[in-house]
Amino acid sequence: MNGKNEILKAVTQQDYKYGFVSKFDSDKAPVGLNEDIIRLISSKKKEPKWLLDIRLKAFKHWLTLMDKEPAWAHIHYPKINFQDIIYYAAPKKKKELNSLDEVDPEMLKTFDKLGISIEEQKKLSGVAVDVVIDSVSVKTTFKDTLAKLGIIFCSFSEAVQEHPELVKKYMGSVVPYTDNFYAALNSAVFTDGSFCYIPKGVRCPMELSTYFRINEANTGQFERTLLIAEEGSYVSYLEGCTAPMRDENQLHAAVVELIAYKDAEIKYSTVQNWYPGNKEGKGGIFNFVTKRGICKGEHSKISWTQVETGSAITWKYPSVILKGDYSVGEFYSIALTNNFQQADTGTKMLHIGKNTTSTIISKGVSAGKSNNSYRGLVRISKSASNARNFSQCDSLLLSSECGAHTFPYIEINNKTAIVEHEATTSKVGEDQIFYCNQRGLDTEQAISMIVNGYCKEVLKKLPMEFAVEAQKLLSLSLEGSVG
Amino acid sequence: MLSINNLKASVENKEILKGINLEVKKGEVHAIMGPNGSGKSTLASVLAGRSEYEVTDGTVNYLEHNLLDMEPEERAKEGLFLAFQYPVEIPGVNTATFLRTSLNEIREHRGQEPLNGADFLKLMKNKMEVIDIDKSLISRSLNEGFSGGEKKKAEIFQMALLEPTLAVMDETDSGLDIDALKVVAAGVNKLKTENNAVIIITHYERLLNYIVPDFVHIIFDGKIIKTGGKELALTLEEKGYDWITNEHVALSNA
Repeated sequence: MNGKNEILKAVTQQDYKYGFVSKFDSDKAPVGLNEDIIRLISSKKKEPKWLLDIRLKAFKHWLTLMDKEPAWAHIHYPKINFQDIIYYAAPKKKKELNSLDEVDPEMLKTFDKLGISIEEQKKLSGVAVDVVIDSVSVKTTFKDTLAKLGIIFCSFSEAVQEHPELVKKYMGSVVPYTDNFYAALNSAVFTDGSFCYIPKGVRCPMELSTYFRINEANTGQFERTLLIAEEGSYVSYLEGCTAPMRDENQLHAAVVELIAYKDAEIKYSTVQNWYPGNKEGKGGIFNFVTKRGICKGEHSKISWTQVETGSAITWKYPSVILKGDYSVGEFYSIALTNNFQQADTGTKMLHIGKNTTSTIISKGVSAGKSNNSYRGLVRISKSASNARNFSQCDSLLLSSECGAHTFPYIEINNKTAIVEHEATTSKVGEDQIFYCNQRGLDTEQAISMIVNGYCKEVLKKLPMEFAVEAQKLLSLSLEGSVG
Repeated sequence: MLSINNLKASVENKEILKGINLEVKKGEVHAIMGPNGSGKSTLASVLAGRSEYEVTDGTVNYLEHNLLDMEPEERAKEGLFLAFQYPVEIPGVNTATFLRTSLNEIREHRGQEPLNGADFLKLMKNKMEVIDIDKSLISRSLNEGFSGGEKKKAEIFQMALLEPTLAVMDETDSGLDIDALKVVAAGVNKLKTENNAVIIITHYERLLNYIVPDFVHIIFDGKIIKTGGKELALTLEEKGYDWITNEHVALSNA
């Protein structure tokens, strides 16, 4: 990483000699963060003034938090130098390779195991591809279908240009820039992300983003996603990519906001497989994400499903504000850590409306020398009569050097609430492995089968094709964890 | 098929097997009987390759292979099957999926094409009729929440499906009621061919009322101290283990 920074620094400082103005033609902003950089990002993206103002306010707020970087999570990492990061680079920042021969063979092996097509492999690993590939036409076809239903699904930047009134109305309404350190940073410097709007009464006919996997692969370091489901609508949204991403960014700080009106349902699934660092714990992505949804109307529902196997550090708590009466929040999570990975992940279920219910199923799997923590808050407000929560937090240990931790927080301010919490910790038994061995499965196959079985409750919440890839991914992530 | 020569094995430095000799040929059924703690189950575990047991001496030859050099999964693929005394539960792993993986591993080893889902289901249906097992067991997670009897029946079903060359049944009869015992015994009898062999490890002779062994061996203190035909089991039932163990102790002290 240091070496890479040196190069980046050299490149940017060299640019700097020619003055700031010439930066407008180049692909990268100078290293570091100040108001000028934010103005640069905003002008590069041709943003309206109101958005620039939000960014600047967020930045000012972030500056006041400088010594309040969250330190409560059960993760350890060297202090991040926020002035040593490049905050704007044109979307096509990845170095283009000429052929797959230039790609890390390990990565190609992984692609093959995941069953990813050659064209897609090229895209994902940064190889230049002819413009005419199937997915382009596929994308257009689906965009037409969606447009007919009035569904808006586009990049965040596009939405700012095309639907500024929607962005203005909803951005920051669930995760305000004052929410936390990383949300403030994101609000100041976000470069792009996804935007999705489902009109009243529309049931989105396809899993959004499945067909956009390739095209959405170039999302930036500070992503921002905004998803609005109007009354009576339904959408299932898939985020992420099961293939390992070639990525030069060390720090990721995304913000995701979901808004569900009366009778609307949002199902949000994530598979995260960013570079976890090598076996010695060097390198890897720091993933600090703020994800939150609000069930605004009665009988609305938000369901988070996540499979987290990547990143050196994961700090992530997809949450639901249950404001509407009878609204439902769900969180299904698998977090797998291996080698020196650290994950501190969980959810917050904030019950405000009457008769609101929430379900939390968390499955942690730790291998190698990794550390895996579940951290969750269930808060029943005074107003939330007859609220119900069920939480189940299971931890599975695959080695004697890894750690599994559970930090459940429960706050109950209404005595009609029913809150249940179950937690288990188990170790993959020698007996189970031997049993599988005796039936002809080698130890790696055995562990993969046992882990997949253990995670089944969550896997079955994923859309079918995603689930199949997620299963393969779990097996892959465990490779070499045996012995 | 199997030739065990002066086999010695320890667990946590305690010697359990103290020189076992045994020859098993194709088409034979051997019963190994003995009191608790005599080393019966240890023998089964050592044959299957459980790593807690350290082999300190002796050789085991199985189908022209040095069995002791093989990984447990290699032994399984070569047709060695252990019906477990305490089959483990693996939550969330569908029994049918597990068995298909297992069967296809074994088939691949034999140079056969893997079975697709439809063919596998057909085969399973077939074998379920042979063994008379409730089909709901197959659609559940592997052994999870099965009763003791169901677990043992499931082991016999697995055995029917995987068609082992050598089956080692580790106290499959213990804890079974008479009906379950009959199902298990009938299964074993139906699976018997002139090309495979079975080693039945048991504490009680009652299973041998339903499965007729060609040889009965009495194991005591880590050694086979007496070998005979099926009548040996009957004598045991009549006189109890004391008869034979006392004789053995007296002889060794003499």
